[in-house]
Amino acid sequence: MGFMNLFKHFLGDDWGVHPDDRKRPAADRPLRTMPVPEKLYLPLQQHLGGPARPVVLVGQQVKKGELIAEAQGMISAPIHAPTSGTIVAVTDITAPHPSGLTLPAIILAADGRDEWIDCQGCADPFALDPAEIGKRVAAAGVVGLGGAAFPSAVKLTGAARSKVKTLVINGGECEPYLSCDDRQMRERAADIVDGIRIMLHATGAREALVGIEDNKPEAIAAMQAAAAGEAEVHIRPIPARYPMGSEKQLVQVLTGKEVAAESRTFDIGILVHNVGTALAVRAAIRDGRPLISRVVTVNGNCANDPGNIEVLVGTLAEEVIAFAGGLKGDGIGLARRVMGGPMMGMQIPHWRVPVVKGTSGILAFDAQEVAAQEPDPCIRCGSCVKACPMGLLPLEMSARIRNSAYDEAVGIGLKDCIACGCCAYVCPSKIPLVQYFVHAKGELAAQDRNKLRNDATKKLAQQRQERLDREAREKAEAAAKRKAEREAAAAAKAAAEAAAKQASETAGATEGESA
Amino acid sequence: MTPATLTAQTVASPHAHGGNSVSRTMFRVQLALLPATLYGFWLYGWPAFFLWALTILSCVAFEVLSLKLMGTPRVKATLFDGSAVLTGWLLAMTLPPWAPWWVAVVGGFIAIVIGKQVFGGLGQNVFNPAMVARVALLVSFPLPLTLWVAPLPMSTLPTPDFVSSLRIFLTSLPVPDAMTSATLLGHAKTELARGIDLATALHAGPDLSWIGMRAGSFGESAAVLILCGGLYLLITRVITWHAPLAVLAGVAIPAAIAHAVDPGRFLSAEAHLLSGALMLGAFFIATDYVTSPNTTTGQIIFGLGIGLLTWVIRSFGGYPEGVAFAVLLMNAMTPVIDRFCKPRILGRDRKGKPLDIPENA
Ligand code: SF4
Ligand code: SF4
Repeated sequence: MGFMNLFKHFLGDDWGVHPDDRKRPAADRPLRTMPVPEKLYLPLQQHLGGPARPVVLVGQQVKKGELIAEAQGMISAPIHAPTSGTIVAVTDITAPHPSGLTLPAIILAADGRDEWIDCQGCADPFALDPAEIGKRVAAAGVVGLGGAAFPSAVKLTGAARSKVKTLVINGGECEPYLSCDDRQMRERAADIVDGIRIMLHATGAREALVGIEDNKPEAIAAMQAAAAGEAEVHIRPIPARYPMGSEKQLVQVLTGKEVAAESRTFDIGILVHNVGTALAVRAAIRDGRPLISRVVTVNGNCANDPGNIEVLVGTLAEEVIAFAGGLKGDGIGLARRVMGGPMMGMQIPHWRVPVVKGTSGILAFDAQEVAAQEPDPCIRCGSCVKACPMGLLPLEMSARIRNSAYDEAVGIGLKDCIACGCCAYVCPSKIPLVQYFVHAKGELAAQDRNKLRNDATKKLAQQRQERLDREAREKAEAAAKRKAEREAAAAAKAAAEAAAKQASETAGATEGESA
Repeated sequence: MTPATLTAQTVASPHAHGGNSVSRTMFRVQLALLPATLYGFWLYGWPAFFLWALTILSCVAFEVLSLKLMGTPRVKATLFDGSAVLTGWLLAMTLPPWAPWWVAVVGGFIAIVIGKQVFGGLGQNVFNPAMVARVALLVSFPLPLTLWVAPLPMSTLPTPDFVSSLRIFLTSLPVPDAMTSATLLGHAKTELARGIDLATALHAGPDLSWIGMRAGSFGESAAVLILCGGLYLLITRVITWHAPLAVLAGVAIPAAIAHAVDPGRFLSAEAHLLSGALMLGAFFIATDYVTSPNTTTGQIIFGLGIGLLTWVIRSFGGYPEGVAFAVLLMNAMTPVIDRFCKPRILGRDRKGKPLDIPENA
């Protein structure tokens, strides 16, 4: 820890944590490209929002880059075939999800030819209409590659509509162990800068600030060289600290602006994208190529040969690891399998889980790295409070959640928690704080859903009651009407009879009189 | 939902840990206390060592007993977190070094059983267990708790050997008059009560000694070593500067002002800072995680409160020393302080409303 950090610590300005970054040696190895595997497993839900809808049939031949599932709904992204081959199944597989739940996926058997469709590139993206760029990015299935996997086009067009002024590019890569962004910045700096310029054009933003943590001097140098001629692209080294790459924190450090709670960066004229996304946008516009591959960091004490690997989306983690050099001692000592980073990534039940668009790392941890331990009681040390980048009180929230007082937990900020894990990382009692928060958020979501469902049921019941009432009323009215008619008829008849009787009597009388 | 069912689920992120642990923290605090303690052994001889050892032992014993009685499944793990040892150690640091054995046992009982386990164990207690025991002992047994001896290197009598030390410790024989001595605060209080001006009184009384050559508890005699231990804790980030500095300021500022106004009536800031359990209180008691507020602003308020109350009790109260009382009073305030001093949530104002979105940003 540097002197400045110590100073800041004394001033109390010490949000976040400074984990051991463990990025090297993986970050110093050149990118490797993995050959096409035999089969690819493509979950229909690889992004935030609605799942994609398959547009291919089992047995159909597809080419590399062909659309196999289309976007569905406002926030969604299409999926393309990562290689040429045959669709062998559309079925449920184990997806990158901690519960080990299965998700529907398209399974593609590669034919080995790796034949591209015709790609409609564009030599001069700056001549394109910004809206057209948004459309093409959407069609290419580009999503945020930093982990959240939010459809990029939705952000680009939204930003253009709200007239953002600044594009913040996240090259922070604050998660320990991961170096996929670092590696791409070192090797593909020019393309990243090109992608950034295309995004500037697409959004109408005036400048781009690229934040890179100062533990990546090579990446900073490479990006500075690549951006040298571009007046509107600024490379900004920022202090290494976790979670620097979190949207709100990054925006605050780079622009000094604070994003208000319950609102988005758009509202203060800022759009945030990841460096990997800039590359994907460039490929989508310049080459007309959809997002079908990404760079994944293989790391962890159990990995034989840590490094960064360009893999096709849909490749099983198992095969990526095998390509990367396998596990030490064939997995002896493996304590936990993680997809994503160690701070926010998810545990996976086995390695037969495919890489998806948002997968930034495949980590094989040994017991010492995971440091799993039975939690002790909270000693109210306040470490979690100091570490929380959002200014929350993790100890208070977890105490309330333990008593199932979810609403109280929300009252003290549960909804503002970004699940960054700083609190649990520093907790001396090793309390699984994030687990509490995730659990509570899940419970609340379930409650909301229940409430919606109850409301809907209630509404239906109410409508039914109303209908029944109305019908009953109508029936009663009809009956009353009929009765009235009957009575009226009876009365009329009686009157007629009476009249007739009277008439006959009168007639008889007359007759008698006359007789 | 219980914690057990929570942990039975798949493990949530993060999948890494900073490596800090309760036992490591407790160990560091004990390490920080070590120099002052060793110095205390040298100053006060075997009886002091016996007192220290038995206080810790009885704390640990009562902890085991309570855990067993309550049927806690994790007796061993709870013991090894080192918190009972630390409580005993801190209590011993505040006792008269030649106090008899039963003070240690009764103190251990009060600290662990009444001060901690009754509340629900580690992390649940409202009051600092060591201070609860200290105050309870002082109020119940004022005599042995105010009988101080002069440091042995200053005494004219021969240093008691191991066996006679044991006798002093176990039999609570009256300490020979030539050994006893008043603490600076005690002396000042009695002389003032007799209507003697402090300027005169301190002439004849114990000197203010930076190297601890004066009567008092371990924590008092070795105030400078306690300060060093505190600095070690600051550097290793076990504690932050907020509470200790606030305690010291809370005492020193009013003391300095009052002393300037009436030196005959009020002790100087220096005398206050080096006397009694102040250093110990500032660095080891006011920083107790469980019983102090958990935001930095809260800790500053908490510390200032302890300092100020200490000075008030020392200057105007019936007891010569007031750190323990002040700590307990502020412990009681901690939930209130925590309620009002919350950190500001990013993107919200202090009241929790989202920040306004600036026009044409
Ligand atoms: S409470 Fe949430 S936002 Fe704060 S440190 Fe913990 S996980 Fe991160
Ligand atoms: S870091 Fe852990 S032990 Fe410390 S206050 Fe937070 S939850 Fe409690």
